[in-house]
This record gives sequence, structure tokens and C-alpha cells, in this order.
Amino acid sequence: MFSLEGLTSIIHEWLNSHLPATFALLAEFVIVGVAAIGLFAILGLGLVWMERKVAAVMQIRLGPNRLGPKGIFQTSADTVKLIMKEALTPANADKFLFNLAPFIVIIVAMLILVPIAFAKNFQIWDLNIGVLYVTAVSSLSVIGILMAGWSSGNKYSLLGAMRSCAQIVSYELSAGLSIISIIVLTGSLKISDIVASQENGWWIFKGHIPAIIAFVIFIIAATAETNRAPFDLAEAESELTAGFHTEYGGMKFALFFLSEYINIFIVCAICATLFLGGWMPFHMGSWEAFNHIMDYIPSSIWFFGKTIFLIFVIMWFRWTFPRLRVDQLLNLEWKYLLPISMFNLLLMTLMAIMGWHF
Amino acid sequence: MTKEELKIKITEIHPEAIIDESGEWLNVSVEAAAFRSFAEQVRMDVMDLDYLFCLTCVDWKTHLTMVYHFSSTTHRHNIVVKVKLDRNEPEIETICDIWRTAELHEREVFEMFGVIFLNHPDLRLLILPDDFVGYPMRKDFEDPINMIKL
Amino acid sequence: MLEEIAITEEGDLIINVGPQHPATHGVLHLVLTLNGEIIKKVEPHLGYIHRSIEKMCESLSYRQFIYVTSRMDYLSAHINNHACALIVEKGLNVEVPQRAQYIRVIMDELTRIASHELWWSAMAMDLGAFTPYFLAFREREKINEIMEETCGARLTMNYMVPGGVMTELHPDFQKKVKAFIVDFKKTLHEYNELVTGNIIFQSRMKGIGYISKEDVISYGCTGPVARASGLRSDIRKIAPYDVYDKVEFDEIIETGGDCFARYQVRIKEMSQSIRIIEQLIDNIPEGDIQAKTKAVLKLPKGEFYQRVETARGELGVYIVSEGAAQPYRIKFRSPGFSNLSALDHMVRGYKIGDFIAAMGTLDLVIPDIDR
Repeated sequence: MFSLEGLTSIIHEWLNSHLPATFALLAEFVIVGVAAIGLFAILGLGLVWMERKVAAVMQIRLGPNRLGPKGIFQTSADTVKLIMKEALTPANADKFLFNLAPFIVIIVAMLILVPIAFAKNFQIWDLNIGVLYVTAVSSLSVIGILMAGWSSGNKYSLLGAMRSCAQIVSYELSAGLSIISIIVLTGSLKISDIVASQENGWWIFKGHIPAIIAFVIFIIAATAETNRAPFDLAEAESELTAGFHTEYGGMKFALFFLSEYINIFIVCAICATLFLGGWMPFHMGSWEAFNHIMDYIPSSIWFFGKTIFLIFVIMWFRWTFPRLRVDQLLNLEWKYLLPISMFNLLLMTLMAIMGWHF
Repeated sequence: MTKEELKIKITEIHPEAIIDESGEWLNVSVEAAAFRSFAEQVRMDVMDLDYLFCLTCVDWKTHLTMVYHFSSTTHRHNIVVKVKLDRNEPEIETICDIWRTAELHEREVFEMFGVIFLNHPDLRLLILPDDFVGYPMRKDFEDPINMIKL
Repeated sequence: MLEEIAITEEGDLIINVGPQHPATHGVLHLVLTLNGEIIKKVEPHLGYIHRSIEKMCESLSYRQFIYVTSRMDYLSAHINNHACALIVEKGLNVEVPQRAQYIRVIMDELTRIASHELWWSAMAMDLGAFTPYFLAFREREKINEIMEETCGARLTMNYMVPGGVMTELHPDFQKKVKAFIVDFKKTLHEYNELVTGNIIFQSRMKGIGYISKEDVISYGCTGPVARASGLRSDIRKIAPYDVYDKVEFDEIIETGGDCFARYQVRIKEMSQSIRIIEQLIDNIPEGDIQAKTKAVLKLPKGEFYQRVETARGELGVYIVSEGAAQPYRIKFRSPGFSNLSALDHMVRGYKIGDFIAAMGTLDLVIPDIDR
């Protein structure tokens, strides 16, 4: 069947046969860089369109349907508009940091793409500390947010940025503990190992109760980490502060906006990799015939299908629930999610030692 | 309590009040100077008129009349209290510490009719812009730019 | 829209909320004094939509001034017109035919439902849920269509006149209202599932904005705000007008006094309104829709007061007449005015998010306050 790993091996051989080794490597860097940026652009456009359509369906209306069939060119038109907008820098803003902040946030998002396995043997770099790398680098985005909030020179941006940071830093704990629960079962931080260990079934089924608890906690923590509703107090329109990206306009705002959707994609990709098997098709234990049929669907379709399903769930949350107040938000994390995830980790460890998982 | 009982009670508290029984509710006319004590007694007394539901002023070209509509949430009876004020120096005691709703209502009457409420905590213009001159609801208010006479 | 004015020496922050407000409350300008996130004082600045209706009515005839009043509390336009028609009828001692009375009450209750729907959707949007807005407007659209067929307008209906109603009902009226009742019972259940039972909504509304019964009486609050603190204040029960004394419905009283109690009162009031309409829609008697009145109406010399229960509370119309064809002095006692004065008392010591929730449950319509 069509598979992306065939594509990479073809390109690799072609380059190595025509160019010296170092130049081939450099050419591969350039190709990967361009592909990553291309993926960003397409993901950004696609996810914004998807959000608007999902919102429309839930609100009994149509959503964008003028530009292009089913409105798929709506986001491109929005991008053109944002590029042409005048990007003001406030007078008492710290110019260097103000201009640097959106780039930090986007670069962090790109860095996290590195270990994610989009298809079989299709990773940019299969790090041996894959999952740890992702959680570590995602914490760097907090710096970008604080930078944006502080350098705007606006008291409300700073307040919004600090609230955002408090939220992200708190929920990273629960997210991290949920990830560790699965790592206990797989025994390795390497993404390819984690996916390979799900060959006879996804961890959410094999790990039954603790894995399901970890999955639920991870989804909640992921929604909070990306500042999505119901945890979007920092960017709420009907409340006081308009968030850390108030003073940004034009392309810089587009970068923040894009990075939010990329972050959603990334946390859903991690969730899909850890709990739902990544690119691994739906295998049931040792039913050879069933597994063989499932294998016919290309692995990239599996991966993107699962991720898009999880993104849909997160979007569903936004249009159903109201917002939590900031103290209720932090309460939820420190008093409820963190103890539950710690207990769940213990439970998972016990299960792994006793061999009670499938 | 019926109108008769109310009439008896009010004459007990305040013998100088003039009571008018035509109309839906009892109309009591009180002097401006005695109004405050009358109001306090009416609130505390057996009549228990604890709900002030309308506070307004009427400009009768020669004088102003303050009109207060009181109601009791326990006995379900209503009375109307009227106080006559001098047009050139309209002053009356505030009742906003007894009925908190009077605070905003008195500000409105102040800006529309020019009635000064003594001891009001915060008497300033409510609805009109801060630099407005004149008392719009008075019958002799002229505004050649904005008012059109039919 | 939201900007900081100054920081006082004590460290208090003074900020403006409004007049252009993201939530659909109208042009209300509030100046909040904050200490960190805790509110110390709320001061309303009114007048952005003051149209001097009271002064204008002094030069309009008794038939004309009704049309101005539907712009006061535009969400209960029918009920405002009803109040004005009633007071003129009281002054002239006109007997309104039964058919007109039934029609008036049905229209009133439909308006009440429509108003509460809009309140519900705006309240949910203030708290961050965007979907209820679209769901509620779906229902409102049905009511607006019914209104449009009979009265000719969707928002400022101007259907009630002194003596009765203006025109005959549209032939489809009964059918459409009955279909609406059936649909509405299902969707009310949906609303309760989506919003009332949701733990996030409950935790944002319970315990917020508490006001006690004594304070409610002192501040002159009416309507659902008063009934949520235990005060019996439904004018339809205290001083019934038209056919309200003949229909059976409950006056919803809650004793919580907080935002959630006010929310519950309004949701339950919607069910009661449906109950009233159900009792009346099949029994509209035949007859005239308007009593015979003179062309030029002149109220006799004297004073008149009429109270009705709008969706927001008690609306009072006070007319002082000198026997002329125009009123000498009109005063509209609007429910929002008194409810707004209680806002300061309600939110002191709470946070900004709570203030938004409390203001949502007060259901203020600013044209009603400013007149």
C-alpha cells in the first residue's frame, strides 16, 4: 500500500546517489524544514476551518460556505487579511521582546513536532527520550507567553499572561503524571518503542482502568494547557482582560493564533500516540486475520484519523461548556486532578508489576 | 388594613396631615418640614409600609409636589404621600437611609426638577450629562435648539 | 471599551466597564473600584440612551403615547403597551371585551417567554458558553413569527390600544401557538440538561451575588430578583388585571437569594407561562376586539396608577391628568432602575467574574432604566 516511509527512502537514496554525503544531509535538512513549515501552514488553515465548521454544526448554522466548496478557502482569505493589517507596536512596549515573543512561541511549536511519529518510520528524529523531550520543550512556550504579556506595556496583558502561565504550569503536572502512567507500561520513552508496544492493542484497552483514568485526566489537562475553553479565562471576551496577545495585530497575531491550533494538534498527537496507538492500526490481540485487514489502511491515515478525532472532542468541549473562574480552575488542578493522577500512577505501577494488564 | 383603619392610624400619628380618599389609594398630604418624621413612623409603625415603589415630582406651575407611593409587603395596603414644595427653594429631607431605593430615585428628581434633598449621601446628576444646566422636567424649561414646539 | 483610569494611593484600581459592552446588556457604564480582584464599589453612570420619554409624552395624546413606551423595555414591548392601555381604560372606565382580554394575556405571556429566552442566552454567553445563544434564538424566532403575522412587527409590536387590541388575530394564530407549546416543552428540557444541570454553571452561580429579603424590600427590587429572595411580589397575583384572576398558575418563590436562585426562578417562570397559555389558547371567546371609545380621549382630572408584571418586574405607570387630551405628567416606574440600585450591594466583596454573573442574572435592559 501507499506509505510515507517509501517516500522518505526514495528521496534519501536519490540524494545520496547524486550528492556527496554532507550535502545530501544538508539538503535533507532543508527539505524537512520546508515540509515542517508546510505542515504548519496546512494544519493551521485546516484546523481553523474545522473549528468554524464544528462550531456551526453545534450552533445549528452553516459556517463559512462562500469561499471555495464548503468554505475551505476561508482561512486563506483570513490569512491574506492578517498579512495586510497594520501591526502597531505600543509606545511603551519593550520593542525587542515584543517582536520576539510570537517567534518564540512558534519555534517551540515547531520543535515539539520533531519526535512525533506521523506514520510508520516517518519521524524527523526518533529521540531516545522522545516523550520527555516533548513535555520539556512545551514548557518553554510559557516563556514566550510571559514575554508577550510583559512587553506589551499593558497592565491587563500582564495580568492575563500571568494567569495563563499559572494555568499552564499547574496543568503540566497532571499531564506529566498521566504520561508517566503509560511509560510505566511501555518501559521506554522512545516514541517508536511506545507505538511498537501497542502492536497487539492500544494502551487504552490494554491498560483498562488506570489507562482510562489517565486518558481522561490527560484530555482535561491538555485542554487547560492550550488555553482552550472551558479554561480560556485568559482570553475571555466577556471578562476584563483580553489576554496576553491584546496588543498584537497583523502577522504577529496570526502567529499566536496559529500556534494555539498547532499546540492543540500536538497535544492530541501525543495523546493519540500514548493512548490510542499512534500510527498503529486497530489490532485485537492475536486475531491474525483481523489485524492483517486493518494493516491495509495506511498508517498515516490511522494517525491523522485519531488525532483529528481527539481535536474534534476538544472543540466539542469549547462549544458546550461555560468558562471556569480562575480560582476554580486552579482548585480543580491542585485539589482534584493532581491527587487523582498520583493515585492513578501508583495503581498503574501496581498493575504493571503484577502483570494485570493485557 | 382598610382605608378607614389607615386613615385613623395616620391621623393618630400626624394630626395635621390632610387625607384625601378619592382615588384608588389613600392620598396623604404632609408638610415638608414634618415629612421625615412622618416617613420614619410610617415605616416602623403597625402600618409597616416597607416598600417604596414610586418616587416622583409633579410641577404645578406655582409649586412643586413630591409624590411618594408606599406599599406594605405584609399587609398589602398602599398609600400615597404628597409633599408640597416651594418652587423657588425646593428642599426636602432625604429618606434614602430608610428605603435604600430612594437613593437613585431622588437623584433623578434632583436633576429633573431641581429639588434639593438634604443629607443625601451623593446628590449629583444621574442621567443627564455632567455639565447640563437647567431642570428639564419643569414646565418652564426652554431649549430652543433641541425642543420643537408643535 | 475597557480601560483603566487611575490607581489611587491606597492601591485601588478604578476601571470602566462599558458603555460598549461585549455582553448584550445595552449601553450601561459602570465604574468599578477594585482592590486586586475584589470589588469594592460599583457605580452606575446612566443616561446613554435617555430619550426623555416622560417629557415627550406630555405633548402626545393618549392614543399616541403608547407607541413610545414599547421602546422602553423592548423585550417586553407588549406588556409595556398593556400597562398604558390599562391605565387609559381605568381613567375612562372602559370595559374591555373578553376576547381582547384573552388575546392580551396570551400575547403578554408569549412576550415573557421570549424575553426570558433572550436573558438565558445572554446569561450563558456572559459565562462563556456560546451555543445556548443560538438555541434560544431558534425559539424566539418562532415567537417573533407568530407576532409578525398578527401584529405586523417583531420587536415593537404596538398592538394594544385603549379599549382592546388593534386588529383581529391571524387565522393561523391558534395553530401556531399550539405547535409552539409542544416544541417548547421539549426544548425547555434540553435547556435544563445543557445549562442548569452543568456543574460548571452551577459552581459559577451558586453562592454569588447574595441579597437578603430585607435588602430586597429596602432596595425596591421587583420581579425575579425579589422572588428569588423569598418576597412575594408578582403583580399578576397581588393586583390581577385582565384575565389573570381566572387562570391557574404558581408564583415561583425561591429562598436562595443568590444567582442560581434567580436563574431557577426565571426558568420555572417560563413553564408557568406555558401553563397559562395552554389554559387560554383553546378558550378564546368570540366577540369584539376593541371597545368603542371616542376618537380623542381625555382622561378626567385626577391621578391614576397602574402596575403590571413585565418580564423584569413591576412596571408602574403614573398619570396626572388635568382633563386635557395630553397627560399633564407621566412617570414610568421601571423595574430595572431599582434592580440596578441593588447591584452595588450585591457584588461587594466578590470577584470580577462573579460580578459578570450577578449582572447577568439581574436581567437589565438599559433603555428601561434610562427611559
